[in-house]
Amino acid sequence: MTPVATSFFFYFLSALALSGGVLVITRRNPVHSALALILTLLALAGIYLMLYAPFVAGVQIILYAGGIMVLFLFVIMLVNVGRVEKEKQFNQQWIVSFVAALGLGILFVVIFTKSPLLRQIAQKPPAQLVESSNTQEIGNWLYGQYMLSFEIASLLLLVAIVGAVVMAKKRV
Amino acid sequence: MLDYITSYLNANVTPGQAGNMFWAFVYIMVVFLGISLAVVAMNWLERKALAHMQVRLGPMRVGPHGLLQPIADAIKLLLKEDIIPERADKAVFWLAPFMVVMAAFTTYIVVPFGPTHAITDMNIGILFMLGVSSLGVLGIVMAGWASNSNYPLIGALRSSAQMISYEVAMGMAVVSAVLMTSLNDKGIGTLSMIGIVQAQQEQGIWFVFKYFPLGLIAFVIFAIAMVAETNRAPFDLPEAESELTAGFHTEYSGFRWSLFMLGEYAAMIAVSSVAVTLWLGGWLRPFPNTLTGPGWDFLFSLFPGATFLLLAGFTFLGVMRMPKHPYFKIQTIGLGAFGGALGLIGLILFVPLVRDRVQDIYWFVAKVAVFMYLYIWYRATFPRYRFDQLMKVGWKVLLPTSIAALIATAIVGVVLK
Repeated sequence: MTPVATSFFFYFLSALALSGGVLVITRRNPVHSALALILTLLALAGIYLMLYAPFVAGVQIILYAGGIMVLFLFVIMLVNVGRVEKEKQFNQQWIVSFVAALGLGILFVVIFTKSPLLRQIAQKPPAQLVESSNTQEIGNWLYGQYMLSFEIASLLLLVAIVGAVVMAKKRV
Repeated sequence: MLDYITSYLNANVTPGQAGNMFWAFVYIMVVFLGISLAVVAMNWLERKALAHMQVRLGPMRVGPHGLLQPIADAIKLLLKEDIIPERADKAVFWLAPFMVVMAAFTTYIVVPFGPTHAITDMNIGILFMLGVSSLGVLGIVMAGWASNSNYPLIGALRSSAQMISYEVAMGMAVVSAVLMTSLNDKGIGTLSMIGIVQAQQEQGIWFVFKYFPLGLIAFVIFAIAMVAETNRAPFDLPEAESELTAGFHTEYSGFRWSLFMLGEYAAMIAVSSVAVTLWLGGWLRPFPNTLTGPGWDFLFSLFPGATFLLLAGFTFLGVMRMPKHPYFKIQTIGLGAFGGALGLIGLILFVPLVRDRVQDIYWFVAKVAVFMYLYIWYRATFPRYRFDQLMKVGWKVLLPTSIAALIATAIVGVVLK
């Protein structure tokens, strides 16, 4: 099917993601920050869908919005939020972080406008974006060419699980 | 405009794939209304069936056999005062029920009621369904925290721990069904909900019977995990009445509370339809490959109408058994009219044009209805688990079994190929 109102959805989702991101760092209440982060993650999932990458979008929802953020909230809820709100932040480094963020933003803009590689891609879009076999393609790549890195990543997760069990349990 | 509307009728794909906005909108409305109606019916059926299992009558006063009880309940809930606790986090408290309802209803975008009767077919169908339904727990956590009260918070904590634990076993069971879709000539599987049912049609077997008992094991694990996912008895610790008053929705009242109920029942129907799609052949009628031919096709196409006529028959039996006292006159007439409506629907379903269109929907809904009845049956039969027992079952029984079933399915699939 042909995409409908793509530019509208792009700007809409980008605005959602950006405003969610701003809310994450400006809210004093950590639960509100976490909820704003969920908004950002869901908006990013929508942008992945627009890029013809439904599998990545699905994984974004199921892992980040559904799994990791629930754990985040789980931990934050156990913290006494009222005390955190009243406490003064002790790392007053907003000037440094602002300069760093501004520098990164300028870098992005410069690359976006000047890079010859991006211009090549823009002039010659990929022949066909196949949405209908996206998952199958990713499976082929992960278990074909990138088998080793994939397995190493899974080993890393296994080590993390073992470490968590060792730390949590007194008697193993 | 008219061409745009009629052009879809010959398209033979879902409106989402055809890119037809009009029919997509119509399908969304039909599904939304259908699910809401099913929730209302389920509400009545649950109270009635539970009552009969406990040798009670259940609702009998509002309408004949309490048929109008859900409507009365809905009006009561809408008129109730909407209370937000003084110290609650207002924004999050307001947002939580909508989160639950939206997560439950968004999943229906990919539910295949028939080969063309779905809102859309996605390449990531089942993944989308699991992902979006897992967002529902966010709403529960938000509700529990925002209420600023102890019982809701404990309920929300229990709920999130439980859902995360059972999602793992559930995912493994789903993967072993998805693995079975790849056992064709090309060796390419699919995550699309419609594709999964078509794979069962091609292989000529429901996945619950495939590689007996491997498919059955995965199915049973999913059937257990899905009860835990929807916070229903015997896994209803998040809202254990005897311990936590009402769990995460203790502080909610009126309309917001009814949104939680709507979300819970809609989620129950959604996970049941996942189970039906993955293991019980979705919209396929029984024996689509062995009992073929026009005769069998005709016989099975009579089922939808016959079911409604049977229901109408039972209703008329109820009319006969109504007390003859003049006090019950209006109720008897009402029940008779209800039976007449059921019979009329049954007769309409016998019209050939309608008959061919609703068949697949009928089989899908019938299979889901079995699961909904099972939910009620569980609630009447099983005592509630203790929290440590719940965790033990999830992590030490279901998860290893599901991983073993997955590995065994993979091995058998490779060997038998």
